[in-house]
Amino acid sequence: MKRIGIPQGLFYYYYFPLWKTFFMDLGLEVITSSNTTRQTMDRGIAVAVDETCLPIKVYLGHIVEIIQHHPDYLFVPRLVSVEQRSYICPKFMGLPDMVRALVPDCPPLIDITIDLSRNERVFNRDLMRLGQFLGCSKRAVQRALHHAEQELRFCQTLASQGGTMAEAIQVWEGQGVATQEEGDLHIGVLGHGYAIYDAGLSMNLVNQFRQQGCRVLLAEGIESQVIEERAASIPKRVFWTLGRRLLGSALHMDQRSDIDGIVYTACFGCGPDSIIGEIIQRYIKHKPFMFLTMDEHTGEAGLLTRLEAFCDMLRRRRNKDHEDNISPYGQPAYSLEDPVFRLETGGSCSTAHH
Amino acid sequence: MKTLFSGLKQEVVVPPPITKRTLELGIKYSPEFACLPLKVNVGNFIEALEMGADTIVMAGGWGPCRFGYYAQVEREILNELGYSFRMVVLEAPDSRLSDLLKQIKAVGERVSIREAYRVLKLAWFKLIAIEELEKAVEYYLPRALNKDHVEKIFQRGLEEIDGASQRRQVKELVQKIKKDMQALPCHQTEVLRIGLVGEIYTVLEPSTNCDAARYMGRLNAEVIRSVYLSDWVNDHVLGGWAKKTNHRHIVNCARPYLNHWVGGCGQETVGSSVDFARRNFDGLIQIGPLTCMPEIVAQSVLGRVSREWEIPCMTIYFDEHSGAAGVYTRLEAFVDMLARKKGQPGQVGAAGLQTSRPGVSTC
Repeated sequence: MKRIGIPQGLFYYYYFPLWKTFFMDLGLEVITSSNTTRQTMDRGIAVAVDETCLPIKVYLGHIVEIIQHHPDYLFVPRLVSVEQRSYICPKFMGLPDMVRALVPDCPPLIDITIDLSRNERVFNRDLMRLGQFLGCSKRAVQRALHHAEQELRFCQTLASQGGTMAEAIQVWEGQGVATQEEGDLHIGVLGHGYAIYDAGLSMNLVNQFRQQGCRVLLAEGIESQVIEERAASIPKRVFWTLGRRLLGSALHMDQRSDIDGIVYTACFGCGPDSIIGEIIQRYIKHKPFMFLTMDEHTGEAGLLTRLEAFCDMLRRRRNKDHEDNISPYGQPAYSLEDPVFRLETGGSCSTAHH
Repeated sequence: MKTLFSGLKQEVVVPPPITKRTLELGIKYSPEFACLPLKVNVGNFIEALEMGADTIVMAGGWGPCRFGYYAQVEREILNELGYSFRMVVLEAPDSRLSDLLKQIKAVGERVSIREAYRVLKLAWFKLIAIEELEKAVEYYLPRALNKDHVEKIFQRGLEEIDGASQRRQVKELVQKIKKDMQALPCHQTEVLRIGLVGEIYTVLEPSTNCDAARYMGRLNAEVIRSVYLSDWVNDHVLGGWAKKTNHRHIVNCARPYLNHWVGGCGQETVGSSVDFARRNFDGLIQIGPLTCMPEIVAQSVLGRVSREWEIPCMTIYFDEHSGAAGVYTRLEAFVDMLARKKGQPGQVGAAGLQTSRPGVSTC
């Protein structure tokens, strides 16, 4: 049986159930790389160009790891667009070419082009070619795709119940996950899925929040129709699929009364983040907001300190009688005579501002 | 651009040339991780608004490069700073054609279509003329003995063309200036040929790349750029209508290194590099703004191009901190290395005496 390697990075966190089902139905054995570790990053950094963003470096690290298991093929799709009139990011469009140029001793890549920005013609053509290549009939390919889409929807339903996509994938694979439903704070965590759901890359951000006694709301937990409606309220439609989802979620969270604060996680060097993050900062007016940037040498302690400070500030803000004692935006509402302010000088407040 | 809009009976406020202050304003008010062109843009607009502009015309687009969303971010930034202005974004409409017509109508008032057409043609003609001069400079600068003369002639030519109001006049000026350059004494040593590829804005705007092309010219290296403004306007705005294009050829060159369009100029960068390599150039320099997504893809692939075609290749990213001296040192080292590879000892040493470093303070 031929073996196909799927690196555990980038769109793994959105589409792995689909890919795995699809290839298994077509009679391939699917192998994945292990979870992201420091070593994965180091491997990626060694082969990547310096200026590349962190998620791509991690992805390349996974590829280097998976090659050591000698798969017959490597699945590196060229993701141009997963819906009409929107794109992912230029780097995804050149991903197979980057892998070929950077990774030594690369096995044959399966690099089908997924471009649904206009119609499904290219996608269907590539799919059929892939079927031919693997020696499967047209019908078998279609059936496998249908089955795979079902599995993906099932997994997305799992995620919408409060977990991350990574956890949903674990459940889908049959492993148990301990989820936590209690917590006195309710925090919206935003960011590209391959950044925040990857526990190694994001230093376990979501779970860190849970350990601080927070419930976490993610973009997967919001109905996509609501997200689209909110995202449409700004002057120009955002043409990055993930960017629009994040923006819509942020605006939705800003309106919701049960959300205490919003955290946006950007990756260092991410192009869409630099624009979307800016727009979100400008449009969020009602909630405390924290902007985190991840890079390859973030010390975990530093991150933890910021999270603790943010949570402390939210708790204090809620326990005050007057809601607006700490302003979420603009001038602080404190005067210097305020006893609270004098006891703990403004450090924790400043994390809320940009 | 200036000719076009003043022809549309609008008073044009040309943003002052990009200076240190422009960049500082831009950096202060732009998002930290945005790329350099956005920051320069913001600085430009602030200076133009200070000079009394009330309408901003900006190009747009529909991704996946960040450029398509520039105008939106810029509007937010400038609004927050308290400027009042009207922003006209020129972009292909997302859904309806009537949107585009409305955009154009919003700019031009009281102008007949014929008048507009005439103005457009003159603007285009001047653009071509200026580019012809730039190409002449690229050719004569490395070959001339006195580099300052070449630049002086070029500068004077620009001013004269700006003042011209008829096509014939422009044509004559170009001829005259070219002749002047031809008359300059040249040295006989063979010059290095270097291809300059990369993101269009950094390639075209000298103040964002520390005038790298001019500097290498002074080091006796002939620098050929991969993109010129007229090509870009022709390919992307006029749909290849105004002149013959080699865009398709460049894209074909990019295979098998980069098989898909990646937004921005990524594929063109790779294609031009291969094209330069085929034409036996001595080296390649790729430039772009820091964190530029398409250029990073291109850079990743260029390593392979460089290996397979055996052509030395260097990438320089520019951001607001680029110290000119650091960039010049790298360029000198690169040129020196190419010269040695080609078996021409002491190129830089000889030229270095003459090369006073221009513009260290202006970048």
